Amino acid sequence: MQASIQLQRDPRQQYLLRIGDTCLILAQRLGEWTGHAPVLEEDIALANMALDLLGQARAVLTLAGSAQGLDEDQLAFLREERDYFNPTLVELPNGDGRPGDFALTVLRNLFVSTLLRHLWVRLHDSSDEELSAIAAKAVKEASYHQQHAADWVLRLGDGTDESHRRMQAALEKLWPYVAELFEDDAVDEQAAADGLGPRWAELRANWHAEVAPLLQEATLQPPPDKSFMSTGKRGVHSEHMGYILAEMQHLQRAYPGGAW
Amino acid sequence: MVSAQRAVPARVQRAWDVLAGVLDPEVPALSLCDLGIVRDVREAGDALEVVLTPTYSGCPATEVIEQSVREALERDGLGPVQLKLQRAPAWTTDWISEDGRRKLREYGIAPPGHIEPGAPVAIRLVPRRIAPVACPRCGSTHTEQLSAFGATACKSLHRCLDCREPFEHFKPI
Repeated sequence: MQASIQLQRDPRQQYLLRIGDTCLILAQRLGEWTGHAPVLEEDIALANMALDLLGQARAVLTLAGSAQGLDEDQLAFLREERDYFNPTLVELPNGDGRPGDFALTVLRNLFVSTLLRHLWVRLHDSSDEELSAIAAKAVKEASYHQQHAADWVLRLGDGTDESHRRMQAALEKLWPYVAELFEDDAVDEQAAADGLGPRWAELRANWHAEVAPLLQEATLQPPPDKSFMSTGKRGVHSEHMGYILAEMQHLQRAYPGGAW
Repeated sequence: MVSAQRAVPARVQRAWDVLAGVLDPEVPALSLCDLGIVRDVREAGDALEVVLTPTYSGCPATEVIEQSVREALERDGLGPVQLKLQRAPAWTTDWISEDGRRKLREYGIAPPGHIEPGAPVAIRLVPRRIAPVACPRCGSTHTEQLSAFGATACKSLHRCLDCREPFEHFKPI
């Protein structure tokens, strides 16, 4: 059995891992749809988006590990749960059962791709040349993902009674996890001070400016805000995270360095 | 591309010729040079350094492409070969050559339109107009998009409403 790696908990690394882990864990969730989506075109779309996200994750994890001499595979497969820093939103199951709920999947894709698109736009100005280059590439992909998700949210929200009901239910389930995306802390402060990237809190206004009119057009009503705050970005995850990691990691743990 | 006026070492010139014959594994109508992903070829000491730019972040063909570049150059006796991946500036379909666009059309894939300069657009709410994609078989622009994602990350799926044939479109990015 391959032992876990230990992170040094450096703010720069944590900032990068928040980005890389967001892409990595959402890619894993989207990958669960492969072979199970409602129609063939969406099966291909979700798999393609998972692939883009995985590619982005690889690039960012490679950068995040470089200072500590860790590679993308060690970071993806050999960390303990508390050393993953994705927001809780991306680790939530696709819905009840497998492969889950398509409405929830496309709504989450809208939330995350909107966040990432604005983040990549800002990261293009990063003081880190490699991060800037990754961002210039990824922003184009995020735009495609966002448009795809927006089309579905609109079509299903403003669709039949049943599609509207399921979209509204997904919104009520996911909305409480949005606040965490824009929480501000010392990691963001350091990144902003170093010119590495923006505080995620700075993306809040742009995010809402795009998502709110779309939800309105889709006849969807977000639930009232609550004081609940999820904590994935600090490494404290929901009960779902362990199961994802077990699935992602067990092969590399059992057969170290296994490749095919 | 290599300018005829500049003094180019024969080895570098030969390498460009060899690479013009290495095909993209997913769109085998195009060579790596047609696609615009070979950014530079230069001598670095004893080695021949080839600079490649990835197309999509998650393109599964990237590793196959690297391997086929290395093999083609070494088979021609141009090695040792050093590969360098360069992300910036990001690859764009605008780098696909005119010759490459013609080959795509002949292969049955509608080539990408040119990219509007500037920041990526915000999400559009329907109804919206997507620039019509010309059918690569009959040339009609009376076509519709079936799916924003196709068999590979770089393509979308369309159908011609005149000749009724489905076809793929190389997405502008």
